[in-house]
Amino acid sequence: MTDHLLTIVTFLPLIGVVVLLAWRAAPDNTVRAVAMLTAVATFIVSLAVLGRFDRADAGFQMVEQATWVKTAGLQYLVGVDGVSLWMILLTTFLMPLAVLASWKVERNVRLYMLAMLVLETAVIGSFVALDLLLFFVFFEAILVPMYLIIGGWGGERRVYAAIKFFLYTMAGSAFLLIAILFLFAKASGPIGHGTFDVRELTSVASALPVTTARWLFLAFFVAFAVKVPLFPLHTWLADAHTEAPTAGSVLLAGVLLKVGAYGMIRFNLLLFPEASKHFATFVSILAVIGIVYGAVVALIQTDIKRLVAYSSVSHLGFVVLGIFAFTSQGVTGGILQMVNHGLSTGALFLLVGMVYERTHTRDLSKMGGLATVMPWLTGAFLFAVVASVGVPGLNNFVGEFLVIVGSFAVNRWFGVLAAVAVVLAAIYLLWSYQRMAYGPMHEEHAILPDVSLREVLVLAPILSLLLLFGVFPKLLTDRIDPTTSAVIAHVAPTHVTDLGVPGSAVILAQRSKP
Amino acid sequence: MIATPKLEFAPILPELFLCGVAIIGLLYEALAPRAERLWHLALALAGLVAAALATFPLWHWQGDPTVMAGMVAADRFSVVSRLVLLAIAAMGLLLGTHYFARSGDEPRGELYPLVLFATAGMTLITAAADLILMFLALEILSLALYVLTGITGRPASNEAAMKYFLLGAFSSAFFLFGVAWAYGATATTSITAVANALAGQTGSQALALMAFAFLVIGFGFKVAAVPFHMWTPDVYQGAPTPVTAFMSAATKVAAFLALIRVLDVAFQPLTWDWTPVVWVLAALSVIVGSVLAIAQSDIKRMLAYSSIAHAGFILTGLTAADQTGIRSAMFYLVAYSLMTLGAFGVVMLVSARGEEQTALTSYAGLAKRSPLLAGLMTLFLLSLAGIPPTAGFVAKVGVFSAAIGAGHWPLAVIGVISSVAAAFFYLRVIVLMYMQEPQGTHDEDRSVLPRVALAIPAILTLAFGIFPSLILGILERASILRW
Repeated sequence: MTDHLLTIVTFLPLIGVVVLLAWRAAPDNTVRAVAMLTAVATFIVSLAVLGRFDRADAGFQMVEQATWVKTAGLQYLVGVDGVSLWMILLTTFLMPLAVLASWKVERNVRLYMLAMLVLETAVIGSFVALDLLLFFVFFEAILVPMYLIIGGWGGERRVYAAIKFFLYTMAGSAFLLIAILFLFAKASGPIGHGTFDVRELTSVASALPVTTARWLFLAFFVAFAVKVPLFPLHTWLADAHTEAPTAGSVLLAGVLLKVGAYGMIRFNLLLFPEASKHFATFVSILAVIGIVYGAVVALIQTDIKRLVAYSSVSHLGFVVLGIFAFTSQGVTGGILQMVNHGLSTGALFLLVGMVYERTHTRDLSKMGGLATVMPWLTGAFLFAVVASVGVPGLNNFVGEFLVIVGSFAVNRWFGVLAAVAVVLAAIYLLWSYQRMAYGPMHEEHAILPDVSLREVLVLAPILSLLLLFGVFPKLLTDRIDPTTSAVIAHVAPTHVTDLGVPGSAVILAQRSKP
Repeated sequence: MIATPKLEFAPILPELFLCGVAIIGLLYEALAPRAERLWHLALALAGLVAAALATFPLWHWQGDPTVMAGMVAADRFSVVSRLVLLAIAAMGLLLGTHYFARSGDEPRGELYPLVLFATAGMTLITAAADLILMFLALEILSLALYVLTGITGRPASNEAAMKYFLLGAFSSAFFLFGVAWAYGATATTSITAVANALAGQTGSQALALMAFAFLVIGFGFKVAAVPFHMWTPDVYQGAPTPVTAFMSAATKVAAFLALIRVLDVAFQPLTWDWTPVVWVLAALSVIVGSVLAIAQSDIKRMLAYSSIAHAGFILTGLTAADQTGIRSAMFYLVAYSLMTLGAFGVVMLVSARGEEQTALTSYAGLAKRSPLLAGLMTLFLLSLAGIPPTAGFVAKVGVFSAAIGAGHWPLAVIGVISSVAAAFFYLRVIVLMYMQEPQGTHDEDRSVLPRVALAIPAILTLAFGIFPSLILGILERASILRW
C-alpha cells in the first residue's frame, strides 16, 4: 500500500468523482460534502508523502514504474523530489479550501465539484509524472476541467476568458508535444528503444546537436511560459483570473501557474542544460520585464481581481528570474516563491471573493470604508496584503529576497529592477487596501456581515501558513536545497562555488538566529 | 504462373455471408406483404455476426497469403479491417433503424441490404490483393452509398446523392485509369507483383508514378483529403444522419486501409517518390479542414470539415512508410470511427425527427435539457480534439510520433497547430451546450435505446484512451503486410 503512495494521492480525487457520477440523486449539500471529504482525504495522504520524504536524497523518491503501453514505450512512471513535493502539498492543501470557498456555488453543483476533483488529479499527476508523455497527458487534462470551471461559473465575460485560456495553453503545449515525440524518436537510436522516461532522456538529450537541443528547449519553454505566464504570453491570465469564480482563481494562481514554472525546472533545465544557459539572459530579461510590467499594470487597475491577477504576473516573474539565475539562492528562492505565491495570492483571491460576495463589486472606486463594517475580513485582507508585499517575517519575503540576491550575483541590473518591483508591489497592494478599507463608505455597504465560521475555516489555515513559512522557511528549504544543488550541479556546475555569496542555507540559518 | 486457380472460399466467406444476407433482405422486402423493420434489422445483424464469425478463424490462417488466384489477401490486416467495418455497420444499422422509426419517412427496407452491400464492398476492398478487385469493391461500396445518401427522397438528400454520384463516378474513373497505368508499367495488376516488378526494376518507374498519381486521386476522393474533398460537406449534410455516421466512419476506414495496401505494398519500392505527395495532401487536409470548420454554423457540416482534417491526420501517420505508420493509422481509424459514430449519433438524437435542428444554435443549453446527451457529445468532441484521456489523444500522439520518427517533424508541427485551431470549433459546441441558455423550444429525442447504443463508442473511446494496449497489441500484429 505505502509503495503506491504517489499513485494513491494522484488518483484519490477520482474516487470522489466516481461517487458523484454514480450517485446522481445526491442533494447539493451531500455533493459538497463528498467533494470536501475527498479533498481532505487527499491532503492527509499527501502528508504521508511528506512524512516519507527523505530530505537527504536529492534524486527522485517513491518512484513507481509500470508498463502502460508496451508497443508505444509508454510507462506509468511517477516520483517526487524536493520541488514536486511542495507542489503536491500546495495543491492538496489549497483544494479543500477551494472546495470550502465554493460552498455558495448553487448552479449545477455536481458538475462543478466533478470538475474540481478531476482538476486535482490532473494537477497532482503533472507534478509526479516522470514520464514525459504521462506528464503531457496530465498537463493537457488540466485544461478541460479548468475551462469548464471558468466558462461555467465565471463572471460576465466568462466564455471569452475560458476559450482564451484554453487556446493559449493548448497552443503552447502543441509544441511541447512535438518536442516530446521528437525526443522519443531520438531515443530509439542511442538506447535502442523509444522512451519517455525523463531520467533516460537526459542522456539522450545531452547527445543531441546543440542547435537541435536549443530548438527543443524553446518548444518546451513556450508551453511552460504560457502557463507561468511569462511576458509577453501573459494576456490570457488577466481575463481568466478576473472571470473565473473565486475557487477557480485560487487554483489558477495557486497551482496551475506553478505547473509552468515546475515544468521549466523539471524538464527545461534537466533535459537541456546547455540551451538553458544559452537562453538564460533572454529568459531573465523577459522575466524582469514581466516583473516590472506586471507591477506597473497592477498599479493602474481599478478591478481588484485584475489587480491581483497582474500582481501574479509580477510575482511569477520572480520565480522564473530565480530559476534562470542558476545560483543556489536564485533557484531555491524561485521554488520558495512558487509555494509562497500560491499561498499568499491564493489567500488574496479567497478574500477578494469574500468581499465580492458581500459588495457585489470588484471595482475599487465603488468600495471604501469597509474596515469599519467588516473589521475581521479587512484585517485578514491586510495580513494577506502585507505578506504579498514581502514584509520580513511573512512568507513572501524569503523567496523574493533570495531571488534578488541570487540574480544580483549574475547580473546586478536584474536584481535592481526586481527590487524596484517589490516597492511597486507595496504601492499597488497597500493602495488597493486603502481604497477598499478606508475612506468614505458607500451607503449600500453600511451593513455587511463579517466573516462567517465557514470563511474562518477557509482563511485560518492559509493565513497561519503565511506566518509559519515566513518565520521558519527552513521547513521548506531543508527539503528543497538538495534538489536545488542537484539542479545547479547539472546545469551550471561552476556557478555553485564561484559566487562568494553564501548559499541559501547559510543565509537562512543566519536569519533565524535571534 | 498459376495453372489452375485453387478456389478457397474461407477467406471470402465474410463477404459471401454479407451479400447472401443482403439478397435475402431484398427478397424479403420485395415478397413479404408488409416488411417489418425489426425483422430487417434482425436479419442484417445476423448477417454481420455471421460475417464476423467467419472472419475470426482467418486470424490463424495457415494457407497461402493470397487466395482466389491471388485476388484476395488472407492476412491479419484484413481480419482486423473486417471486424472494425462490421462493427461500424452494426452501429450504423442500429442508428438507422431508430432514425427511420422516428422520422416518419415511409419505411425504407432497402436500407438494410444496401448497408450490407456497402459493407461487403468495404471489407473486400481492404482484403483486395489485386487492383482490379480493389476497383470492383470500390464500385460495390460506392454505388450502395450513392443510393443510401438519397434514401429519404428529400430534396436535400437527393441533391447530395447526385453530387456524390457525379464526383464519385469521376474519381472511380481516375482510379481505374490508375489501374491501367499500373498494368502498363508492370504488366500486372496484382499488388504484390506490381511491387516485385518495381523493386526488381523490371517495371517502368515513370509509368508507375503516373499510376500512383491517378490511384491517389481516386483514394483521395474516397477518404476526403484536400483537394479532393469538395463533396464532403454537402454530402454529409444532405445524407440522413445515420447514413452520414456510417459513411463517414466506414468509408474512411475502408478507403484508408486499401490505400495503405497500395502505398506500403504495391508502391513500397517508390516510397521516396510518394511520401512527399502524401505529405502535401496531409498538410493541406489538416489545414483546410480545421480552418474551414471554424466558419460552419451547421453541426453536420462542421463535422464534415473535421473529418477532412482527420483524413489529414491519418495521412500524417502514413508518411512513415513502415509498420509504425500503418499501426498508428489503424489506431487512428479505430478511434476516429468511434468518435465520429458517436458524434453523429448524438446529432441524430438532437435532431429528433429527420433533419431538424442541425444548426449549432440548437445545441445551446443542451446540458440543461439533456445532461447525458451533452456529456456524450462532450466526450466525443474532446476525443476529436485530441484531449486526454480519450482515444483521440492517443491516436494523435501515434500519428505524430510516426511522422516525427520518419523525419517529418514539420508536418507534425503543422498538425499540432491545426489541432489548436480545430479545438476552437469543438470547444464552441461545448460552450453552447454548457454555458449558454437554450434558445426557443427544442425537443430532442428522448428514447433510451439509442442512448444505450451510444454508450458503446463512448466507453470504448475512454477505454482506448486510457488503456490503448487493449487494441494496440492486435494492431501491432495486424499491421504486418505480407508480400
